[in-house]
Amino acid sequence: MSKELIRLSNCTMAFDGEIVLDNINIYFNDKEFLTLLGPSGCGKTTMLRIIGGFLKPTSGDVLFDGVRINDVPPHKRTVNTVFQKYALFPHLNVFENIAFGLRIARPDGKKIKEEEIRERVLEMLEVVSLKGFEKRSVSSLSGGQQQRVAIARALVNRPKVLLLDEPLGALDLRLRKDMQNELKRIQQAMDITFIYVTHDQEEALTMSDTIVVMDKGVIQQVGTPEQIYNEPKNAFVADFIGESNIVDGNMICDGEVEIFGKRFKCLDGGFEPNEPVDVVIRPEDVDIVPLKEGMLTGLVTNITFKGVHYDIIVDFKGFKWLIQTTDYCPIGSKIGIKIDPDGIHVMKKSKYSGMFGDYSSYSAEYDEISDVDYTAEDEQTEEEWHED
Amino acid sequence: MRKKSSIGGKIFMALIFLFLYAPIFVLIVFSFNKAKSRTQWTGFTFDWYKELFSDSSIMNALYTTLAVSIIAALVATVVGTITAVGLSKMSRRWRSPLLTINNIPVMNAEIVTGVSLCLLFVFLGSFLKFNLGFGTLLIAHITFDIPYVILSVMPKIHQMDNNLMDAAQDLGCTWFQAFRKVMIPEIMPGIVNGMIIAFTMSIDDFVISYFTAGSRVETLSMRIYSMTRKQISPKINAISTLLFVSVLVLLVIINVRQSRQEAKAKELERKLVNK
Repeated sequence: MSKELIRLSNCTMAFDGEIVLDNINIYFNDKEFLTLLGPSGCGKTTMLRIIGGFLKPTSGDVLFDGVRINDVPPHKRTVNTVFQKYALFPHLNVFENIAFGLRIARPDGKKIKEEEIRERVLEMLEVVSLKGFEKRSVSSLSGGQQQRVAIARALVNRPKVLLLDEPLGALDLRLRKDMQNELKRIQQAMDITFIYVTHDQEEALTMSDTIVVMDKGVIQQVGTPEQIYNEPKNAFVADFIGESNIVDGNMICDGEVEIFGKRFKCLDGGFEPNEPVDVVIRPEDVDIVPLKEGMLTGLVTNITFKGVHYDIIVDFKGFKWLIQTTDYCPIGSKIGIKIDPDGIHVMKKSKYSGMFGDYSSYSAEYDEISDVDYTAEDEQTEEEWHED
Repeated sequence: MRKKSSIGGKIFMALIFLFLYAPIFVLIVFSFNKAKSRTQWTGFTFDWYKELFSDSSIMNALYTTLAVSIIAALVATVVGTITAVGLSKMSRRWRSPLLTINNIPVMNAEIVTGVSLCLLFVFLGSFLKFNLGFGTLLIAHITFDIPYVILSVMPKIHQMDNNLMDAAQDLGCTWFQAFRKVMIPEIMPGIVNGMIIAFTMSIDDFVISYFTAGSRVETLSMRIYSMTRKQISPKINAISTLLFVSVLVLLVIINVRQSRQEAKAKELERKLVNK
């Protein structure tokens, strides 16, 4: 199978004494689409810049193909980057932007022949579906097109690894979806490693072979999208990836967990008898059933139409859950719910317990507002790092 | 949404321009006057301009002025640009005080700059055995030109996308190659503006030159000053007119360039927002 290409071992990064990456140990495999996912300030961009060579870790080693590369400057690394706001050279046209890396004199003094440069640039333009754009000035291009030029400019140097720093952040939703498929296609066509940084969990789930979830400079979980979604390691991961109701539970024995005083069958095991645990129940895994058949009964306090389904908020003894259902349930009605054993996921208690997964303050607008805030703040922090 | 100015405002404006430009207007008109009189108009002539170009002391002063201004502007542009790049890489804690220090010579009374440079040169000259002359004049001009270049280049560096230099290095450039191939073209408009401003300042300068040129070297403005003290000749009008026109042209060039660049930047921003 694929072999290990990059490894960070005991990597710590501190800016002015503030720890941004805390003793990171991780390896990336060759030819993988790997995503670093986390909220603003989690250290994902810092990690990318360490791999790109723009930052040196305060302590620890960066290994590339088994060789320590801490002190190798960016221009000597076989790694290329697609920057957040593309960073195209405004004084050069599309062709010259892409040819830029090819025109730099190599350390051995050899120059690539003009013919070969032309061939490779045109080939790259085809890969990113921009045939015929070579004479255009970059400022005349749309955001999506600039994005493609940035990708072509990086890939034309035939790097072993392409680093992408939130490349779709500035695009609108529709374009973003197109580019997600496009990026995946390009990665498979070029057959190289992509390391992709984003705070958008949906983007991560759609494109990645492996996702690394980070928070506060610490890796929370590494796994395939399915593993991350279905078997989150702690409350932070469960909440960050998709919607989830997280409640306190008691592990009675393997395959049986107690929530709100009721026993539920589940598929998890390996806990101490009666160990307090966090229980994740995804909103789509809850079935609404007639009151009598319900394992739990609750009161509908809010309902929002989302197109494919309704988001309803149900009050269970003061704890509010989000449930996604195609059935209409009027506010104030009492409903029963049923959860299949594979809809329950049990996690060990962590420092994130009790911080996430409660929908008591939920309202549709609130959700949107907090999302917008989040993006703006995110960009600001990343900018500040670039300043340093 | 431009405010319409009232009639009173317009009159006020006209008066200000009258006060500002009437003396220069009179000067220009009388530079074409046939008689030596500065009160009576006796007819149109180019004679005074012709005489200018046959006056060797004036032509020498002109050469000195051009030589000093061009060399000083070029040297100040190189030094100022490198300094601006260095400053922009510093942390804010160091950058702001240094920029303030940079601004002081711009604000400072020229006579203070002139006298202090003069004292410094005389002091150093007594050790190192040199006299005031073209060399000291040139150094003085470079000194007071540098802050203008820095002030003109600095904003361009700030406007530049931080990632551009990273991107160039990522694509295989050393830092210096990236500086040459990416940063210089990006900040070029600021560099050129800075150079023109520095050149204008040098051509224009009298006070600092007067204190640092010594007794054997003379710039054009110094020549004019000494001419006014000896005999009163309409040649003064002619040469002053030429000096005024050349500085005016340079200032217009700077202004046009700056407003074009601003329009370009706005256009670019508008395009980016629309997409």
